[in-house]
Amino acid sequence: MTSVTSAPSILPLTLDRVAYEVGGRRLVGVEWATIAKGRKTVVLGPNGAGKTLFLRLCHGLIKPSAGTIAFASGIRPAPQQHAMVFQKPVLLRRSVAANLHHALALAGLGYFERRRTSRLILNRFGLGDLADRPARVLSGGEQQRLAIARAVAVGPELLFLDEPVSGLDPSAMRQIEEMLVALHADGLTWVMTTHDLAQARRLADDILFFHAGRLLEAAPADRFFAEPATEEARAFLESRLFW
Amino acid sequence: MFGTFSLFDSAFVAIVLLSLKVTLTAVGCAGLVGLPLGAALALGRFPGRPVIIVIVNAFMGLPPVVAGLAVFLLLSRSGPLGGFGLLFSPAAMVVAQFSLVLPIIIALTRQTIEDLWGEYRDQLTSMGAGPLRAIPTLIWDARFSLVTGLLAGLGRAFAEVGAILIVGGNIAGFTRTMTTAIALETSKGDLPLALGLGAVLMALTLAINGLALAVSRLGARFAG
Ligand SMILES: Nc1ncnc2c1ncn2[C@@H]1O[C@H](COP(=O)(O)OP(=O)(O)O)[C@@H](O)[C@H]1O
Ligand SMILES: [Mg+2]
Repeated sequence: MTSVTSAPSILPLTLDRVAYEVGGRRLVGVEWATIAKGRKTVVLGPNGAGKTLFLRLCHGLIKPSAGTIAFASGIRPAPQQHAMVFQKPVLLRRSVAANLHHALALAGLGYFERRRTSRLILNRFGLGDLADRPARVLSGGEQQRLAIARAVAVGPELLFLDEPVSGLDPSAMRQIEEMLVALHADGLTWVMTTHDLAQARRLADDILFFHAGRLLEAAPADRFFAEPATEEARAFLESRLFW
Repeated sequence: MFGTFSLFDSAFVAIVLLSLKVTLTAVGCAGLVGLPLGAALALGRFPGRPVIIVIVNAFMGLPPVVAGLAVFLLLSRSGPLGGFGLLFSPAAMVVAQFSLVLPIIIALTRQTIEDLWGEYRDQLTSMGAGPLRAIPTLIWDARFSLVTGLLAGLGRAFAEVGAILIVGGNIAGFTRTMTTAIALETSKGDLPLALGLGAVLMALTLAINGLALAVSRLGARFAG
């Protein structure tokens, strides 16, 4: 479930003069950004700042109107090499285990390998007892854990997470955060969006700060929080930013 | 005549069995053809797609006698498929019911799968499944709605009389089904037979609707 070490790394991911426009309106503008291997990157900004669109661009679900988004020199990653967990997890209308089997089948695993891997993954993330339940009747926190487990089951090197704890209670949130820290310790690089400052402080190595569709600051977390370079970031940190 | 009728009368049983055989075969075949076609219509993007969708939807309301007439012309001796000699046989009735049920199954499948694809698209694309690979996933996840659609088709086929009367001919012991027998035997005065068959049809309809309810209850559990 950790990345396939034999395959060459797909990181860093680099964005160069990227723009995403709909109907002539620029919704995302990124002059330059890079996602480095082994870092926990938090995409921070108020609602509507363009965080979700940024993740979708990086993951390749939408194409930039201008600029380039490129993985490590010349690599065109397979779908399983970078995964995404959506803000509202989309679980299949099947059992918990079958959700994993399906993802593993898409990654090309055979029948027995699918069963073995899914059992390992479910046990690891405390979902083993829920294996036979319909996935959609799980609690919000369990659904989000399953969504993350399913995303990492196929062994991606890079994981995008869109507000993975929004709407969860504090204990479910803590479980998810612990899960993310553990996955990082195992070698997973992840990029997560949030508008929650406290969470960003807890988790981030690097911050990408978005405001009104533009990437305004990219900095190591300690520097960003100690001395934000833009007026917008200062305002956001002092909770007086209204978009 | 009233006194001789019994539920286990061999003619009665033969009529019921033929009805079951014809309708189940027709709906089974329509399912095999209609489910993948409906899914392809839901996910495919090709010129003329909206026109096809409108036509399929319109054919859902096709009057059975018109479908019967079309199949009659197709299978009659001078028709394009006349050489097979199928007219006035159970096979002709299967063809007629197939053509009545197919549009229903295609249209319901198309709508169901398209809605589900709207919900699953990003997730499946993210996991590396293009539209083609998504089709089996979507069909399985829509299984409860799709079975409900099949049951609706089954209900329509069992109740239908016009089309199978035209292409089957209500020949005793050969192409006489529950509905054609009721339609024609009543006027000849065999009321017990008609009433008995009517009761069986009612029971079947109730059973189909009960099953449909059970399936959608089960589906709601998985839909969360
Ligand atoms: N397909 C679209 N067409 C037009 N506007 C969009 C589209 N998708 C998103 N937007 C707009 O782009 C802005 C950024 O959206 P989003 O990335 O979802 O913000 P965030 O995730 O930071 O809250 C929002 O104002 C949103 O309304
Ligand atoms: Mg968002």
